[in-house]
Amino acid sequence: MSLFEYSPAPESRTVVDIAESYDLFIGGQMVEPQDGTRFKTISPSTEEVLAEVAEAGERDVDAAVQAARVAYTRVWSRTSGRERGKYLFRIARLVQERARELAVLETLDNGKPIRETRDVDIPLVAAHFFYHAGWADKLGYAGLGANPRPLGVAAQIIPWNFPLLMLAWKVAPALAAGNTVVLKPAETTPLTALAFAEICQQADLPAGVVNIVTGAGETGRLLVEHPDVDKIAFTGSTEVGRLIAASVAGTAKKATLELGGKAANIVFDDAPIDQAVEGIVRGVFFNQGHVCCAGTRLLVQESVVDDVIDSLKNRLGTLRLGDPMDKNTDIGAINSAVQLRRIQQMSEVGEAEGATRWSPACTLPERGFWFAPTVFTDVAQTHRIAREEIFGPVLSVLTFRTPDEALAKANNTPYGLSAGVWTEKGSRILWMAQHLRAGVVWANTFNHFDPTSPFGGYKESGYGREGGRHGLAAYLVADETEVSA
Amino acid sequence: MVASTSLPSVADVTRSDADLQAFLHGLPGVDQVGADARAGELATRSIKNKSKARAIDLAISMIDLTTLEGQDTPGKVRALCAKAKRPDPVDPSTPAVAAVCVYGDMVGTAVPALAGSGINVAAVATAFPSGRASMAVKLADTADAVAAGADEIDMVIDRGAFLSGRFLQVFEEIVAVKQACGDAHLKVILETGELATYDNVRRASWLAMLAGADFIKTSTGKISPAATRPVTMIMLQAVRDYREATGLMVGVKPAGGIKSTKDAIRYLVLVNETAGIDWLCPEWFRFGASSLLNDLLMQRRKLHTGQYSGPDYVTID
Repeated sequence: MSLFEYSPAPESRTVVDIAESYDLFIGGQMVEPQDGTRFKTISPSTEEVLAEVAEAGERDVDAAVQAARVAYTRVWSRTSGRERGKYLFRIARLVQERARELAVLETLDNGKPIRETRDVDIPLVAAHFFYHAGWADKLGYAGLGANPRPLGVAAQIIPWNFPLLMLAWKVAPALAAGNTVVLKPAETTPLTALAFAEICQQADLPAGVVNIVTGAGETGRLLVEHPDVDKIAFTGSTEVGRLIAASVAGTAKKATLELGGKAANIVFDDAPIDQAVEGIVRGVFFNQGHVCCAGTRLLVQESVVDDVIDSLKNRLGTLRLGDPMDKNTDIGAINSAVQLRRIQQMSEVGEAEGATRWSPACTLPERGFWFAPTVFTDVAQTHRIAREEIFGPVLSVLTFRTPDEALAKANNTPYGLSAGVWTEKGSRILWMAQHLRAGVVWANTFNHFDPTSPFGGYKESGYGREGGRHGLAAYLVADETEVSA
Repeated sequence: MVASTSLPSVADVTRSDADLQAFLHGLPGVDQVGADARAGELATRSIKNKSKARAIDLAISMIDLTTLEGQDTPGKVRALCAKAKRPDPVDPSTPAVAAVCVYGDMVGTAVPALAGSGINVAAVATAFPSGRASMAVKLADTADAVAAGADEIDMVIDRGAFLSGRFLQVFEEIVAVKQACGDAHLKVILETGELATYDNVRRASWLAMLAGADFIKTSTGKISPAATRPVTMIMLQAVRDYREATGLMVGVKPAGGIKSTKDAIRYLVLVNETAGIDWLCPEWFRFGASSLLNDLLMQRRKLHTGQYSGPDYVTID
């Protein structure tokens, strides 16, 4: 033990009660899958099998959509906004009451550090439900006319990087607006969604308003292609987003897609360097880089690049990688073997293309899926690691000389989800924010989220917004009745 | 961050107020929101078991046990010295504190009381706490304490001069006091509560280091806010960057308002993850505190015996 080594401080697992096997949540009940197949979900930090989960087939998806349709027609579309708000407030409070359990469950199933699930994911989940609960009886003030109407049944497909938070982003606005939902969590992280099913029951949410079907890509396809679905909300890869866009083309279904990103984090020479370094770390190593809006392209003004990189390397030396359940862990496990391979391959490509690879000294645990924080310097715009989404703890460092060049390089990507600007000069922040083609521009911060702020992308990062007043529009038909005085 | 290549010589930057201002204002700014967030994030570190035991002993050994009251008497100072030598009378394995910090006129009482203990005597000087006196008085104040046997001098900077941009005056005062200190170590109190912005804290830290400070210290304890974690973090960044640029190490001392073990451990985490492990010793990091010691002692006993003894079982000197 060195002078000030931190003793292990693991969060207790006893607060969660994981069943051996889980069914599907359809019509307010846990029901066995009609197709009978099941798959395992593991803890990526140890490869321990946590539970078996049902794989929903065609008949299951159909039953779930039917349950949502019935609940929509008979109950939810006739429930007043005020009543819907009460249910959402109740759910928000239940999430807070069960926060510790949900944080532990998320960390076990996803591999991200307990520090993040405890301090970021779960508090934001509650915040999203509280925020949208407030909207439920005020939709006439959302800028969509006096009486905007819900769409009907929403099919929602969410990724594995922020499992319960993505559920909240999707379910809360849908329910507030008066829609019913069928939600499919990612196959590697279904457990918090299943815990949420229990919360719906605890909240006495009418049967069928929320339905949860677990499964992989095929289940997702069945859900998207189901003829009785009115709306698709998807967060995931651009590749799958394209398939969904193609599938809904020519149908009456509406879709919002929140896809990939390759965000630029731009550091000017007059930036607050110590805070910029923190922002770089938060931008790309938060959640092991499994963040669609991650600041994976660091653009640094050439005059300060050495100082920034030296400071960054020093800082990365203090990151603590390991057991995600330890309260002092900063970097947890990569979510799956598949994702780990992708990150490894892209890093090899980076080296082969001539970029310089660096990682701080750190020991990776023997079991589970792990990848050390990695920084590539000497990266050019032409390199694949500067253009393609890696979705892991890998940073590509590029340089620029003038603000115009920074802007041009930042926008030179098929994506446009987010960007960061670091400078002490207010006018430059405003100028950059006006010209960056990105849905979110953070100034002197990065990866901060709030339910009141709309989130979404330009270009191939998708369309539609989630959160804020803009996010409500994705779940409502505007009331275009003219009211004359 | 000031890269070693870009640090001009001290003579160059201190040629005039304008040169010094150009240098200090050329330091990277501090984003207050980001700095507060980082200090807050580090406060969530969970220090348990063995690491907590080590942290408590380390914190005790870093204390400048302080009494700076108008009502101080030789009796009070002698009692404090006894406590400094043997903080926990029933457990001799408890480390002694680093120094006893008193007003200049009490140095003569503290020196014999601590003779042979290895504990330093620190004296506040230069018209502490306001610093509002002529240069001659400040130097005499310092020389007086040194002559009485003080090992360390805690001086205050002229905040009025700093805030009105007379940086060179502040610089020259520190240089002169340093000279008056002779072999005594010089701690320079920035009184960050009066400097108000984090940018100023960073500039004042550099100013003091350039002028030859052995330690930079947050506060007198007479102004609120006294030490805060974000301010201490910025000072730790400054000493880290200063070593990067010059190879020289400067110590850091937060003072005032640090009362609990939990607080103290959070400061140690800040040191560990900002300046680094080299600063985690009494030679380079101190706590200016008085009531903190008793809380550390109670927590120490709790850890060793499993039972919380309560305030009646630690001495109140």
